[in-house]
Parts: sequence; C-alpha cells; structure tokens
Amino acid sequence: MNSEKRGPGFYVLTAFFVLFVLFLYGPLTTIFILSFQGPNGGLTFPMNGTSLRWFQNLLFEQQAVGDFGGAFSRSLVLGLMTMLTTVVVSLLAGLAFRRRFVGSGPLFYLTIASLIVPSILISLGIGLAFNVFGLEPAWYSSAFGAHLTWTLPFGLLIMFAVFNRFNPAYEEAARDLGASPWQTFAHVVLPIILPSLIGVGLFGFTLSYDEFARTLMTSGSFNTLPLEIYGMTTNVTTPVLYALGTVTTVFSMAVILVALATIAVLRKRRARRIAG
Amino acid sequence: MTLSRIAPYLQATPLTAILAAFLVLPIATIVMVSFWDYDSIQIFPAFVFTNYEETISSPVTWNTYLNTLKYTVIVWAVTLVIGFWVAYYLAFHIRSATAQMVLFLVCTIPFLTSNIIRMISWIPFLGRNGLLNQTLMTMGVIDQPLEFLLFSDFAVVLAMVHLYTLFMVTPIFNTLMRIDRALIEAARDAGANAWQILTNVIIPLAKPGIAIGSIFVVTLVMGDFITVRFMSGGQSASVGLMMANQIALLQYPAAAANAVILLILVLLLVGGILRIVNIRREL
Repeated sequence: MNSEKRGPGFYVLTAFFVLFVLFLYGPLTTIFILSFQGPNGGLTFPMNGTSLRWFQNLLFEQQAVGDFGGAFSRSLVLGLMTMLTTVVVSLLAGLAFRRRFVGSGPLFYLTIASLIVPSILISLGIGLAFNVFGLEPAWYSSAFGAHLTWTLPFGLLIMFAVFNRFNPAYEEAARDLGASPWQTFAHVVLPIILPSLIGVGLFGFTLSYDEFARTLMTSGSFNTLPLEIYGMTTNVTTPVLYALGTVTTVFSMAVILVALATIAVLRKRRARRIAG
Repeated sequence: MTLSRIAPYLQATPLTAILAAFLVLPIATIVMVSFWDYDSIQIFPAFVFTNYEETISSPVTWNTYLNTLKYTVIVWAVTLVIGFWVAYYLAFHIRSATAQMVLFLVCTIPFLTSNIIRMISWIPFLGRNGLLNQTLMTMGVIDQPLEFLLFSDFAVVLAMVHLYTLFMVTPIFNTLMRIDRALIEAARDAGANAWQILTNVIIPLAKPGIAIGSIFVVTLVMGDFITVRFMSGGQSASVGLMMANQIALLQYPAAAANAVILLILVLLLVGGILRIVNIRREL
C-alpha cells in the first residue's frame, strides 16, 4: 500500500473513484447546463440555443406560483439563526462534556437519538405539539427548533472530535501565568478551536438552508426555499426550475467555499505565528 | 470553586432545553396522539387502540413496511460497497495529506447542497427523452426509450444511493485513517497477501465506521418519503410516504400510530447494529 510501485489495484480503484465523483457531480452539471436553455427549449437535451431567459424569468418576473424572493430570504434568515445557535450551543455543550457531570450519559444518548429519529417524526411531532398547545407554527419558531434537532448533534460530534485532540497543557500554562478562566477561554481556547467552529457554523447553515422533511409540517403559512422548490416541481414544466436549482446550488457552493477559505487562512496564519 | 462545579450544568443547559422542547416533547406528543380518536375534520383526546389495530391489521401497511425494508436493504448494501471502496482509496492509495483532504472535500461538498435539487437533477438524465435514453438509442443498443429509468423503484434506489453514500464514506474514512499502518506492515511481513490483509486486518478494524455509516443510511432510508414520492412518481410506497399522506388527510392519530411503529422498528434496527459492533470507542 505504501510501497513505491502502484499495483493494478490502484488503477482499478482510481477509475472507480473517478466514476463515483462523476456520479456525484454529473447530474448537477446537466441541470447547470440546461438552465442556460434557449427561450423555446424544454426540460431535456438537446439545447435549443442558449440564453439567460430562465434566470431572467426566475429573478425578475412574477411566477405563476410561489414567491421565490420571500422564500429565499426566509431560508437565509433561518439558516443564519440556526448557524449562530448551533455554534454557541454546541460549543457550550462541548465544554460541558470535557468534565464529568450528572446526566452527561443520558444527554449524550439524547443527542445521538436526535440524529437517528427520522425527520418526518420530528416534523409531525413538533407540528402536533404546537397544535396541542394552541401555538401557531412558523418558520422562525417551530421550523427553527426542528432544524436545531438536526444540526446540534453534528455540531456536538464535531466539538467532541475537537476537544479529544485538544491539549490541556495550553490552558494550564495560561492559568499558571495568572489568566482568569474567562481570559484562558477567550485568548487561548477560542483561537485554537476557531477553525472548527467555522466548520460547525457551515454545517448549521447549509443543513438548515437545504432542510426539507423537518420543515414540511413546521413552517406554518410561509414556505422556506426547499418547500418552494418542491412545490415548483409539481407545477413548473419549464427550465426555470433548473435556473432556480443552479442559483441556489451556486449560492450553497459559495457559502461552502467562503467557509473553507476562512478556515484555510486561519490555519495558515496560526502556522506562521507558531513558526515566527 | 462552586462556580466551576456548576459550570458544566450551565453549559449543558441550552442543549438539554432545546432537545427537551423539540425532540422529547414532540415524541411524547406523538405517542399521546397515537391513542386519540379522529373524524374527518378534527382530532380529539381519547384512549383508543383503533389507530394501532387499523394500522397493523391492514395488508397495505405490511406491504408498505416490506417495501421500505426492501429499499433499506438494497440501498444499505450498495452504499456500503461504494462507500467502503471510496474511503479505502482515499485512506490507503492517496499518499499526500493535502490531496487526501481535497478529494475528501470533493466527496462531502454535495452533502451540503440541496437534496431536492440533487433529485431534480436526475430528470434530464433518466427521463423518457433523457441523456441516457438518447445515448443508448444513438448507439443502437435499444430502439424504444427505457421506461423504467425514471419514476420507478430503480430511480428511487439510484437517488437514495446518490444522496446517502456520503454518510457511509465519512465514518469509514475516519476509522480507516486511524488504523496504525504498522499493523498492515506487520501483516505483510508475516506473509499475508493483499486479500488477507483486507479481510483479517482492515475490515475488522473498520467495523465501527461501517456501523456508524450503516446507522445513518438505515435511519435515513427508513424515514424517507420525499425521495420515494419524487423519484417513483407516486407509484411506490414507503412508511414515511404513508405517514405524509395520512398527515395530508389530517388523520393525525393514524399517522402518529404509524410513527410510533416506525420509531420502534428503527430503534430495533439500530440496536441490532450496535449489538454486532461496539462503536463506543469511536465516540
């Protein structure tokens, strides 16, 4: 495996891996291309000329059904709310789990259960609970809570991975130098784990931004973007559907790339500081 | 001193509160409502077993559960094979840490984009006039478009594999990366061939990752309704879809009884996986 010569296994698996990547990205690429379909083109190939007609239609014209702008801004705000809450709550819980406390076992299993319980159960349960308590479900209350049950377990697992590798000698050194617990946290722990927190935030935002099943029964009277897109699939038969797919995917990709670039910059800066 | 003793409790409070409000309470509500009664316009508090009786006695339910289990087994087997070899390739054949990281990100980025759009993206591929049919017809392999490609069980399984394989790749990759390379060297020095190293060293050590990936895939497929609805074009059934339909008809107690049965089944499957493989040291 680590021998110098590549065996035949390497080439077979390389081909397999390339096929897998094609399988992952191929379909997305086709709708990306088809979203530039000409004004008279349809939902499948061949391309009938190229145009920006469908983007224009999506962004500037009144759709027969739905409200793309409103859905997008709701999803954006909800994603940011989920992101901030996920970062703060996972960080606090991650810190708590570094020490023993009564109930840490059950809380851990509860968090894992949150990952295992099927989304539709969460959706139905929260919808019913709001109904029973006479509350009006809304994207910023019930759907927000539903998204957190999906993002928090990921956040906590990432924090576990971070603190398992965290060297407590740094904190001890800070304490020996007279730093208060808050100073130790703010000037020593936080800078070290910052790249991972950005990772938690990325998960929090993107998982919420794309969540469908958990939003279905909890969003109340206004749709989030995935619900809006789903609604369009049953009503819309023009490439404007692909234009919407392209726009939201490009947006997701941009968010992911910005987060990854920030992490890379932080890592590099730290490496330079340690070296210098 | 006292502050540092209560600190973990304060730090764990937000997580506990959120999970209590949005996980425990909703599931308790589902269990409660599963015993309620309903008519065509409303639900009302009661303590009846009719929802369970009707669910269990209906052959439709049994067929739906069997169909869901069929999807689960097929998708699990396919994602396991693909996920294992992708993770294996990344962990053992890619030598530079940077290349490893980049390729791993290439595999995980789609996980952070919209599932619905990834499903829609199969339409121009598999449709009656889609790329695949056009290509096959141009090549002369077929002279009629294949109808089973889209809106069929095949499409459902394909889309699920597309969506969920990443949940297999990541945990298996994690465990493979933690295998001490000296163990593999030792096995080779002791005369093991590549196949023996794989079956006697690598796979046993990868079991926790395989188990975690399996739990993800099994629970995702068991609860899925949107992939089944969209990719089968409404022609196939799954438990999640049956629940979604009951919800749409406002038959909440029936949906709740179904939810309780589904939850028990999922927990049994997860418990079964945990019995075979101990994942504790992974967490």
